Amino acid sequence: MKILVVDDERDMKMLFEQRFRKEIRNGDMEFIFAFSGEEALMYLNQHVHEAVLILSDINMPGMSGLELLQQIKQKFSTPPPVVMMITAYGDAENYNTAMRLGADDFLTKPVDFSLLKEKLKIKI
Amino acid sequence: MDQELQLIIDRINNLSLSEEARVAVMEAMKTVEKKLSLTDFKLARTEKVKKTTGILLEETIEELQRKSKGFTELNILLKNTQEELKATRSQLLQAEKMASLGELTAGIAHEIQNPLNFVTNFSEVNTELIGELQDEIDKGNVAEVKIIAADIADNEQKINYHGKRADAIVKGMLQHSRSNSGEKELTDINALVDEYLRLAYHGLRARDKTFNATLKTDYDKSDPMVNIVRQDIGRVILNLFTNAFYSITEKKEKDKDNFEPTVSVSTKKMSDQLEIRIKDNGNGISQSIIDKVFQPFFTTKPTGQGTGLGLSLSHEIIRAHGGSITVETEEGKFAEFIIKLPV
Repeated sequence: MKILVVDDERDMKMLFEQRFRKEIRNGDMEFIFAFSGEEALMYLNQHVHEAVLILSDINMPGMSGLELLQQIKQKFSTPPPVVMMITAYGDAENYNTAMRLGADDFLTKPVDFSLLKEKLKIKI
Repeated sequence: MDQELQLIIDRINNLSLSEEARVAVMEAMKTVEKKLSLTDFKLARTEKVKKTTGILLEETIEELQRKSKGFTELNILLKNTQEELKATRSQLLQAEKMASLGELTAGIAHEIQNPLNFVTNFSEVNTELIGELQDEIDKGNVAEVKIIAADIADNEQKINYHGKRADAIVKGMLQHSRSNSGEKELTDINALVDEYLRLAYHGLRARDKTFNATLKTDYDKSDPMVNIVRQDIGRVILNLFTNAFYSITEKKEKDKDNFEPTVSVSTKKMSDQLEIRIKDNGNGISQSIIDKVFQPFFTTKPTGQGTGLGLSLSHEIIRAHGGSITVETEEGKFAEFIIKLPV
């Protein structure tokens, strides 16, 4: 299972690699990292047929996570990839917008990785 | 007729004068008498005028005294008003500070959650790794122990880095709300500009989810250090970014499809000065108001949205640093603020 992590914070890569080192080592999960919404869309366009689960930050310079979510849900309909939002803004407005745009889940920073692991295992 | 005159006439009549001489003297006496009575009349009139003038003078003095009293009262009133104005001004300046603090707070909340995310999670990873480390030590697997130990060290560095990052954000916030400490310190201008660019951007994004912009940065490669009051220059930069974002947001509302909102910032070190340029491709500034933008209380924002003090405060701060702040603009196309600071 490929998981695309989208966040402008570069240390997210190292954090995910550490947090999921067992899963990565065992080949249960594979992580790809994009540091902007634009970069994420580019990857998705180039890898259309890969089954991908997306974890995206909301507040990023340029394309926001919500715009990315909207575009993914519009463009990639068969099958629609699972998109989970991970954000420092846990407010109702962000949550409602994300849900309206078709987000499959909504997590807040600091990320609770044991919770995230459980959620990922269910989705996979 | 005067008694003395009568006496003179009587004496003249007693003198043995020729009829001709007597008539001539009598004529002269009559003229004298006429002149005397005229003088009497004039004197009486002058006396009257004097009296009237005296009364008038008294009235004028009274009036003047009354007016003087009025002036004193007016003076006190003016002084009070002046003091009230001073107090209002300092309240407004404080309000402006608090307003920009409000703009910052949302940005700060976001900026602080990110480092906290790393601190919390890398430290949890390390707890797990230390457990694994003990297992590997028990197994005597030195190669694996070394790998895990190196990972722990890496994570520790990340914890430290992001802890300091959160610390710097909180300190920046405190500095911003504090009244002028006025201490100049050698400051990495690129880092300062970038910090406030992020804060302004994330602050706005926190309040307006639809806001979006392309940010272009062109920082001087030599990482120039400038002696400045950090929080003051920070406030100026924040204000300019906030204005830039406001302008492009307004333009975007009118032209949703074709407009690509962009804010660019550059720093450039020259021989004796440092130049910071902050440019947006928003609505620009009309020539008719260009002279007013640095005036206190001048604002184009709707009532209640701007204090009109942002740019005037910025102007004061830059001038206090011995620098200059100017604007280049074309209405409907762009506005570019240029700060020059002596180095």
